[in-house]
Amino acid sequence: MSMFGQVYVKNNQYKLKGDFHELTPNIPIRNADEGGRLMGVTNPRDMTYIHAYGGEAIFFESLAKGKLVASRCDNTKCKYKGSVWMPFRIYCPDCLHTMAVFDMTDLAKKTARIHTFMVCERSGAFNILDKPIKFINIEFDGVVTILMSYLLVGEPKIGMRVVPIFKKVDPTYTILDLSWVPEGTKEGQLPIGFSF
Amino acid sequence: MITFTQQQSKIPKLMRPVYIITAGVSKFDRAFPDKRTEEICIDAFTMASDMLDMEPAELKGYIHTCYYGHFADHFGDQLLGEAVIHDRLGLDPLGNIGVKTGGATGGSTLWEAVKAVASGYSDCTLAMGWERMDEVPTDEGNFLISCAADKDWESPLGHIYTGYYAVMAQKYWQVFGKEEDSFRRTMAEISVKHHNYARFNPYAQGPMKITVDDVLKSPVVAYPLRALDACLMSVGAACAIICDEETAIKLTQKSKNKPLRIWVAAGSHTLRPADRRDMEIPLLPNETAEQYKDFGKRFPGGERYPGFTGFLAARMSAWYGYRMTGITNPMEDLDVVELHDAFTISDIQTYEDIGLRPYGYGRDYVESGDCYHINPKTGKPGRLPSNLSGGLIGCMHAVGATGIMQVFEIACHLWNRWAEMHGDEKYWKRCKRTKPDDWTNLQVKDAKRAMAISHAGVGSHVTATILMDADSLLKKDA
Repeated sequence: MSMFGQVYVKNNQYKLKGDFHELTPNIPIRNADEGGRLMGVTNPRDMTYIHAYGGEAIFFESLAKGKLVASRCDNTKCKYKGSVWMPFRIYCPDCLHTMAVFDMTDLAKKTARIHTFMVCERSGAFNILDKPIKFINIEFDGVVTILMSYLLVGEPKIGMRVVPIFKKVDPTYTILDLSWVPEGTKEGQLPIGFSF
Repeated sequence: MITFTQQQSKIPKLMRPVYIITAGVSKFDRAFPDKRTEEICIDAFTMASDMLDMEPAELKGYIHTCYYGHFADHFGDQLLGEAVIHDRLGLDPLGNIGVKTGGATGGSTLWEAVKAVASGYSDCTLAMGWERMDEVPTDEGNFLISCAADKDWESPLGHIYTGYYAVMAQKYWQVFGKEEDSFRRTMAEISVKHHNYARFNPYAQGPMKITVDDVLKSPVVAYPLRALDACLMSVGAACAIICDEETAIKLTQKSKNKPLRIWVAAGSHTLRPADRRDMEIPLLPNETAEQYKDFGKRFPGGERYPGFTGFLAARMSAWYGYRMTGITNPMEDLDVVELHDAFTISDIQTYEDIGLRPYGYGRDYVESGDCYHINPKTGKPGRLPSNLSGGLIGCMHAVGATGIMQVFEIACHLWNRWAEMHGDEKYWKRCKRTKPDDWTNLQVKDAKRAMAISHAGVGSHVTATILMDADSLLKKDA
C-alpha cells in the first residue's frame, strides 16, 4: 500500500518514510499529419521537495495558533531601528542583525486595510484555492511593508478594513493558513477550518 | 524610507568603448515541436554572421567568451543547458557563463558581455539568449512561472504570476488611471499598436489587426487586464556580438553594419512587492523635486513611492544609464525605444519610470501619438516610436531572448537595415509566414540613438541598454 512521503528531523538530519515518487512510463509524441513520425517523448515525473523554513518557522507555526507574528529591528545602532516587517524577516535588511519576534495580531485586527487587490480567474497547476482568487495587499499602521494575502469573504476594495483569520483546524503550515475577511464579519460566515 | 550612499550613486563607467556589431533572432512561436533548442539558437547566430556577410565559422573565430541568457531551467528539464548550447555552437573550450534574472535575463546577459569587453578580459563576446516554454502544459507552465515569486509567501497563492503582478496594475489603474474609460481605452490602444506592428515583423508570434473594442471584449484575466493586454508565452532565441573598437572595425569591413556604441545599466528591487518601503523619488536629469511636491494631492493614494505603482528597478536603470551616456532628456535624445510591455498597463508605468513622462502622466505618451512610428494625430513621424517590433505583446516573450531581441530591433534602426531585415521575402519564407499586402516599412529615419528596457517579474531586475551611433555621442568620455 502506498503512503504519502513523510519527513521528520532526527539528530539534525532528515529522515524519510513513505513514497516520494511514482514511476510513469514515457509516451512517444507522434506527428498526426505525417504518418505518425516520431517528434519527441513525454517525461512524466512526480516529485516531493523537502523545504526548510529555518528562522521563519515561528511565523508559520504561529498561524496555526491564531497569531500573526512580525519582526522588528531593535538594534540601537541601526539607522532604521524600530522598523516592523510583515512579511516576517529573520534579519534586518539594513543592519543584518537578527530581528525580534513581534506579535502583531492585535495591530492587524485594529489597523489592517487593503492597499490594492486583484480578482484572478485563473490559476496554475497544483493550486488548491477556490477561484476566483481574491488577492489582497494589506497595509498596517506602523509597519514599513505591505503584506500579500487573500480575502475569503466579500469583495475587496482599496481602503477596506479587514481582519485576519487563521486555519487552526487541519492547518497546512503554509501562508494559506492566513486569510482575511472584512471587518465586522461574523464567526459563522467563516470558511470551514478558519477562525479569528 | 531608503537612501543611497555616495558610493552607491557612482555613475558607472566603462574602461574602454564597447560596440555591438551584429545581432540575430530566430522565428518566435508558441511551440516548436519540430526543433531542438540548439536549432533555434543556431538560426539566430547564423543571422548575426549573415549580417556581417561572414561565414559562422569565421565569426566564431573571434569570440573569446560567451554569455548565455536562459531563465527557466525547469521548463526544459535541463540543468546546464548553457553547456549544451555552447557545445552545439562549437565554442568549446572557451569560457562561458549562464545568466538568469527572470524577464530581464536578455538585458542582463548583454550587461555581462559588455562588462567583459569593457574590462579588457575579452575583445569579442557572444551574448545569446533563448527560452523553451513549450515543454509542459500551459497550467504547469503557469505553475513554473509562479516559482519566480517567493515560494513561501506568494507562490502558494494560486500559483499564478498574473495575480502577483496585477495587484500593482490595479493600484495604478485606480490611482493614476482613476478608473476612467478613456484610460482603459488608452491601455487597449497599446495592444492594438503592438499587435499591428507585429504584422510587419516576420519573426513575430502575435501579428493581429484588431481594434480597441476587440481588446476590451477579450476574456478577463485579472480585471481590468484582459487576454489581449498580456504578453505572449514564446519559444525562440536571439544573440548579439559585442566587441572592442579594433575588433569592431575589423569585423564590419565587409558589412553594412556600422559599429554602434553600447552601454548597459541595471537596477533592482525586492522580489516581493510586499517588501517595498517608502522612499523619495530618485530624479532623472529631466525631472525636478518641485514637480512631485504636491503629487499626493493630484493623485490621492499615490503618495507612497514606489509603492505598487512604480518600478524602482526601471527607474534606477535609467538613473544610472542616462548619466552614464549623457542623456538629459530621453524624449529628445533618443530616436527609438523597445520597452518591456509585459502588460499594457506596465508599459505605461515604464514610460514614467524611464522619464518619457512624469510619474502619473504616462498615458500621455500614447494619447499624444508620440509612441507611434507615424503619429496618427499629426500624420508626421512619432516623436519617440516604441516597440516597432510588436514588443512582448505582439512579437514574443521568450524570456531569456527578449532583451536581446529588443536590441536586435533597435540596432536594425540604427544600422538603417530595418526594412531589409523585416521586409525581405527570404525572411518571411524562412519563418513560414506570409508577408501582408500592406506591409509597411517601420524604419525610423536617421535614427542615431536608441534604448531597450529589459524587465524581470514584478520589477526585481531591470536593465537599460543604450545604443548610439559612434558619431552621435552625447558625452565625449562616455
